Amino acid sequence: MEQVPILKIGQTLFVSIQIDLQDESVMRLQEDLADELAATGANGVIIDITAVEIVDSFIGRMLTMIGSISRLFDAETVIVGMRPAVAITLTELGLSLSGVRTALNAEKGLEILNGKT
Amino acid sequence: MDELRIRSGDDVVRVRQQVRNAAAENGLSLVDQTKLVTAASELARNTLVHGGGGVAQIEIVKSANGRTGVRLHFTDEGPGIANLELALTDGWTSGNGLGLGLSGARRLVDEFELNSKVGAGTSVMVVKWSR
Amino acid sequence: MDVGGTSGRMADYLRDHQDKVVGRWSELVVAGVRGRTSLDEVRRELGDLYGLIIRVLSGADDHAEGELRASLDELSRSRARDGFSPSETALAVLSVKEAVYELVADAAEMVPEFLAFSRMVDDLGVRTFESYSATRERIISDQVTTMMELSTPVVRLWDGIIAVPLVGTLDSARTQLVMEKLLDTLVATGADHAVIDITGVSTVDTEVAQHLLKTVSAARLLGANCTISGIRPQVAQTIVSLGIDFGDIATKATLADALALALRQAGLKVVPA
Repeated sequence: MEQVPILKIGQTLFVSIQIDLQDESVMRLQEDLADELAATGANGVIIDITAVEIVDSFIGRMLTMIGSISRLFDAETVIVGMRPAVAITLTELGLSLSGVRTALNAEKGLEILNGKT
Repeated sequence: MDELRIRSGDDVVRVRQQVRNAAAENGLSLVDQTKLVTAASELARNTLVHGGGGVAQIEIVKSANGRTGVRLHFTDEGPGIANLELALTDGWTSGNGLGLGLSGARRLVDEFELNSKVGAGTSVMVVKWSR
Repeated sequence: MDVGGTSGRMADYLRDHQDKVVGRWSELVVAGVRGRTSLDEVRRELGDLYGLIIRVLSGADDHAEGELRASLDELSRSRARDGFSPSETALAVLSVKEAVYELVADAAEMVPEFLAFSRMVDDLGVRTFESYSATRERIISDQVTTMMELSTPVVRLWDGIIAVPLVGTLDSARTQLVMEKLLDTLVATGADHAVIDITGVSTVDTEVAQHLLKTVSAARLLGANCTISGIRPQVAQTIVSLGIDFGDIATKATLADALALALRQAGLKVVPA
């Protein structure tokens, strides 16, 4: 099982998913993020999925759950870098990822977290 | 035809990769590849989680008018699905429903066939054609 | 198809009378093509086919049938591309029966052989028709794809604001294309506003509305704010009477209104110079 590293920069937690994750790793990420949010009091989470080629219903649900968990810690989550093919497929699946914001890249994601948008 | 066993989370990842290769090598567009691999991911996971493990088969097929397609077959000998109609309804956008992802997977492919017998197992066949 | 005696005898007969039959067959075919192909070209094409037919009838090798099918498919395809009707191509193949019959007419002992041969040629004729259909369908679907590509532009209205003016129908195939182009452009330009203009969409019914909702949903996953513009009065009434709900998607009457909204959302203002 792969453990996805979580970086803290300022008040924001950064996660970059680089490889094809199996289910256990995604669930581990969710747990690790909850731990980090509690420990650091960060108020924002950016999850970069630029390198992710497949987002199925399981991963989609996990992302939504991460959004809900973050909100309990008064943090906002932004998913950035979703690929067009992935977005089209998620839409076809009927998943709208409500509860999380989205942006084209980490920079725009930060703008959202800093209240510029 | 390639046959892959599905007994662990790593196997699901392997199925995704093999399906991706088959789709890319046989003329499916990027979006169609993504849709097929995503459907395969749903179905492989079902086989593992609800079917107690099983097998995936990947085949290249040709249609009557010369188009190439990728056909996938997922079989398990698990408990089977009692209510096929319910399993195929959209119930899980909000996280409800049986969470089997079958209805979603069906929308991603061109052909979809589901057979299940309680106590005997489940088999799902899907095809995605190149355009 | 029967092997051995009957077809073997037919194979021998055809071999013995090759020149005469192919010659007569070519004449019949050329009469039908009305000058579009020369006699020599036709003789060559038919000579090849004739040879394959003999090989199949004599049961000599396993590859003959496959080769004959491939040859016929190629003939149908090239005739289709050259604008021949499927009847012309099928009749060209079927006319070999006439050529052979003229020779065989007085030979009563060849009747069973000829009947079997005739049935075989009928199958070949049907096959050319099917091949022809498949080719034309392929040509038409390629043309449809090209037309859709050409009629789906994505334009940049301003920094960070792009627009998709839709014209014509919005079926599921077109929606796929619109989504792909819109999303690719969002990534390429880094835009965060997309305006989907439906002034030119002839009918807006429940299906079209669903396609629009899907498109907006996909664009939002890439962080874009979306506005639907071009809602004409009749369309507005239809949408309400059908009970379609656009939820929290902003809708505007004109592209200009949508641009103004997008500029406001981007924190920009247009002032006199």
